[in-house]
Amino acid sequence: MNHLPPQIADWFTAKGWSPHPHQLDLLAQKDLPAQLLIAPTGGGKTLAGFLPTLTELTEQHTGLHTLYISPLKALAADIGRNLQTPIDEIGLNIRVEDRTGDTSATKKKRQRADPPHILLTTPESLALLLSYEDAPHIFKGLQRVIVDEIHALAESKRGDQLFLALSRLQTLCPNLRRVGLSATVDDPKAIAQLLAKNPDPCPILHADPGPKPFIRMLGTEVAPPWSGGGAKFSIEAVLDQVRNHRTTLIFHNTRAQAEIFFHNLWLQNHEALPIGIHHGSLSREQRERVESAMINGELRAIVCTGSLDLGIDWGDVDLVIQIGAPKNVKRLVQRIGRANHRYNTPSKALLVPANRFEVVECIAALDAVKENDLDGDPRGPGPLDVLCQHILIRACSGPFLADELYQEVKTCGAYTDLTRVDFDRCLDFTATGGYALRAYDQWKRLINRDGHWHLRDPRSTQRIRMNIGTIQDRDLLKVRLRGRGGRPLGEVEESFAAGLNQGDTFLIGGQIVAYEGLREMTVEVSRNAAKKPKIAVFGGTKFATSTKLSHRILRMFQQKAWSDLPAHTAAWLHLQRQVSQLPEPNRLLVETFPYDGNHHLCAYGFAGKNAQQTLGLLLTKRMEEAGLHPLGFVSTDYATLIWGLDPVTDPAPLFDPASLKDGLDGWLAGNAVMKRTFRTSATIAGLIERNLPSKRKTGRQATFSSDILYDTLHKYDPDHLMLDITHREAMKGLVDFNRIEEMLTRIDGRIDHVTLDRVSPLSAPMFLEIGKVPIHGSADEALLDRYEDAALQEAGIT
Amino acid sequence: MSSVALTLEGETINARASGALFWPARSVLCVSDLHLGRSERIAREGGHIIPPYENTDTLQRLEDEIRALSPATIICLGDSFDDLAATKSLTEIETDWITRLQAGCEWIWIEGNHDPAPLDLGGTHRETLRIGALTFRHIADGQTTGEISGHYHPKASIQTRSRTVSRACFLFDTSRLIMPAFGTYTGGMKTSKPPLSTMFGKDAQVVLTGKSARRFDLHPSKRSSKPAASRSG
Repeated sequence: MNHLPPQIADWFTAKGWSPHPHQLDLLAQKDLPAQLLIAPTGGGKTLAGFLPTLTELTEQHTGLHTLYISPLKALAADIGRNLQTPIDEIGLNIRVEDRTGDTSATKKKRQRADPPHILLTTPESLALLLSYEDAPHIFKGLQRVIVDEIHALAESKRGDQLFLALSRLQTLCPNLRRVGLSATVDDPKAIAQLLAKNPDPCPILHADPGPKPFIRMLGTEVAPPWSGGGAKFSIEAVLDQVRNHRTTLIFHNTRAQAEIFFHNLWLQNHEALPIGIHHGSLSREQRERVESAMINGELRAIVCTGSLDLGIDWGDVDLVIQIGAPKNVKRLVQRIGRANHRYNTPSKALLVPANRFEVVECIAALDAVKENDLDGDPRGPGPLDVLCQHILIRACSGPFLADELYQEVKTCGAYTDLTRVDFDRCLDFTATGGYALRAYDQWKRLINRDGHWHLRDPRSTQRIRMNIGTIQDRDLLKVRLRGRGGRPLGEVEESFAAGLNQGDTFLIGGQIVAYEGLREMTVEVSRNAAKKPKIAVFGGTKFATSTKLSHRILRMFQQKAWSDLPAHTAAWLHLQRQVSQLPEPNRLLVETFPYDGNHHLCAYGFAGKNAQQTLGLLLTKRMEEAGLHPLGFVSTDYATLIWGLDPVTDPAPLFDPASLKDGLDGWLAGNAVMKRTFRTSATIAGLIERNLPSKRKTGRQATFSSDILYDTLHKYDPDHLMLDITHREAMKGLVDFNRIEEMLTRIDGRIDHVTLDRVSPLSAPMFLEIGKVPIHGSADEALLDRYEDAALQEAGIT
Repeated sequence: MSSVALTLEGETINARASGALFWPARSVLCVSDLHLGRSERIAREGGHIIPPYENTDTLQRLEDEIRALSPATIICLGDSFDDLAATKSLTEIETDWITRLQAGCEWIWIEGNHDPAPLDLGGTHRETLRIGALTFRHIADGQTTGEISGHYHPKASIQTRSRTVSRACFLFDTSRLIMPAFGTYTGGMKTSKPPLSTMFGKDAQVVLTGKSARRFDLHPSKRSSKPAASRSG
């Protein structure tokens, strides 16, 4: 029955523990080629994953035995520490090491020559290892691979890259067995399919989900504001909660919100409770300091973002507070799991909506959690940009046969249906650029000799290796205190830095700093004693509310009264109903109003963020044609807000389905979203380099924008693979035209146009959304005209 | 506005929306920093392979200007090629194209830092060229008046009411002018960054290129939030 070897069984007994059933089940089936374990946080998931390894390593093993892959560097290091204790206590002779971007070069070199028994790493570091010619030596003897937090990886291209890497590993180590560890998800089968080598079976084990979480909305004396994301009003109530718990995690949806909240929290933290901040834009030193303080139990609370989302053991967390609407029920459930690592006690979580629309979202999310109604969207076939990078990585490790690589790639769940035509196009792209104009004959990147594909120039391995990865840091600049050896504070986006003038103050790492200047590629700042930063935020990831939540909200709007909503929020909705109207499921509400010198149009399509985004692009294109000079738009899951120089008097023709559809093709060519998608895919596929061996080129005039490449390709080579990839990516990612059609069918021409003299209650939060898309059409010319006219008038010239 | 007329050492020259400069009195057309062969050079040196269409695009735009203006003299103000090897990489179609453009006019290649030696193509090769009051050279020497140069690819940002509009530009005062890059695969250097920011005084002006040519003061006076703008030719 029990497959535990005696020394491990004795260790459990000595600890007074007994293994969880799912841990034993996974051990019993350890010889299967693939298994997926679904378990809540704190369910002993990681130990379940490693028990088969520890069991097999009670016997002598030479070389690498188990590869552990996690999405976070910090998680790999953390697991290393946690694993060492049982290894020592059981008395096993096992070497465990981690290898991430932070590992020293000497250690990395040693690991390649003499790999440990257990190597803890990330998808990017694994891809890099596989690019070495000695990969077969490094992975010799490898028996098992454990993919932790696989649900998080499976959502992104990092997962696609990882599974491609596993297909390569499987060829090097035919007996490799795969185990995936996942939090609760809506569709475990989809993840199992990604994990297993096609067509291997992949049984799914479910751990006991544990008791239902205790979760509610945090009541505050003060009502949330009409708009905004700071949740400043809740600080007192949040501090109360921090006081009454051992350790509290305070989650935010964006880095900017975390910074602002942290700043405000400290302004009111009169008893100086030890509270830290942790997010992805902070420097490594800063993050590590907070992490170690957290592990040592020195902090009462951490203000954080998704960077703390994953299964790191943060010790004694007994409360999770979510500031701002959770946007996604699945993520909320996983965050709640951070509280209370004791398996048998319910997790405790509080939701703090930051504004009144988020009150509605929070209530909808609470209902969804109650009904265990998780959300998720299928990902579709494996992306070709990641495949292009994989081909380059494969070429770095040595010559290969196209047929063999194609067969290997097809063993990945996401690439099972990859056609030979698409594979060959990717191969041609990596070899020659794949241009209709056959150029570069003598400078091909890959050449075919005797049927084998080789790198033409072996020195190009360095550049390829430097550009491995699928995470797109939008050009980030380091922020440093001015002066010699100034302390690094973190990073901001280049576009944010570009908008700063000397003396502008902003928040980073919980302190207010003043912008001094840009030196090389570093933002130099000085400390500033200002109470309030002049420039409130810097950008960050914004989550989209899931489709299911959006529909729940729309249904909620139809109630006559809202007894389950706080009075202030109900009053707000009543006000919207009074001055305008509430969106209805089978009608489209369009409001127009002036604000801040521009004319605005707000369309409540409730079609989800991507579709609303596309709607914004199509509508602004039609407005452009109608001479209305649109300036830009911003989209949320429920609405699109467009502003321009001229008012829209009759919106109905703008929403004509046939014209919108006609607009799509013409539109796809030249807009900002396509260019953004292109930049991402072109970087992943190796058309554009993120990192150059010799740092940045001197002089910015040497580099030119990827937009120029996009425009040139579009003009001279419209059927090129990269444009094809961009199109596919946009259609499933940012375009989502199907949902616009669904919305248009649903409303069937029933458009309610409400003209207002100022911002409507429901549209107010839209003005604070980040991710505004500028339209560089005739408005630029019109603006320059009007600017000149104003200047002329001022100068007395007419 | 396809061009803005400005005065340099008493000579009237037109800064065109295309990024080319036209001197009507002498029928001189000047373009700078074509960077032909850029994609070939990148492929040769680094192994990443960008769309090889910049020569076609640059030559087409140059041809459009030549057809519109029928100049007697054409000056390519240096960095016409991304490097000397790139001159050899031109296809037969491209070299024929250049020869066709050269027909019936005097064609002068000014040496650039990317292409410092004579080229294997028709036309004259010069380090600098003086015509009347004006001197043409690739990199500004900081002293000569009436100097027209390239090299820096200046790019200016104008803060309008709603947003900042950034475009490649001519940067000049009454005695010197720096041209924008004409080549398709070229980026820009902000006029607010050194050395561009220190090369001109308070009276510097820019002409933005792109859909139209527009002139602005580079340093709008502090007192009026709107800088003085003027519209010309």
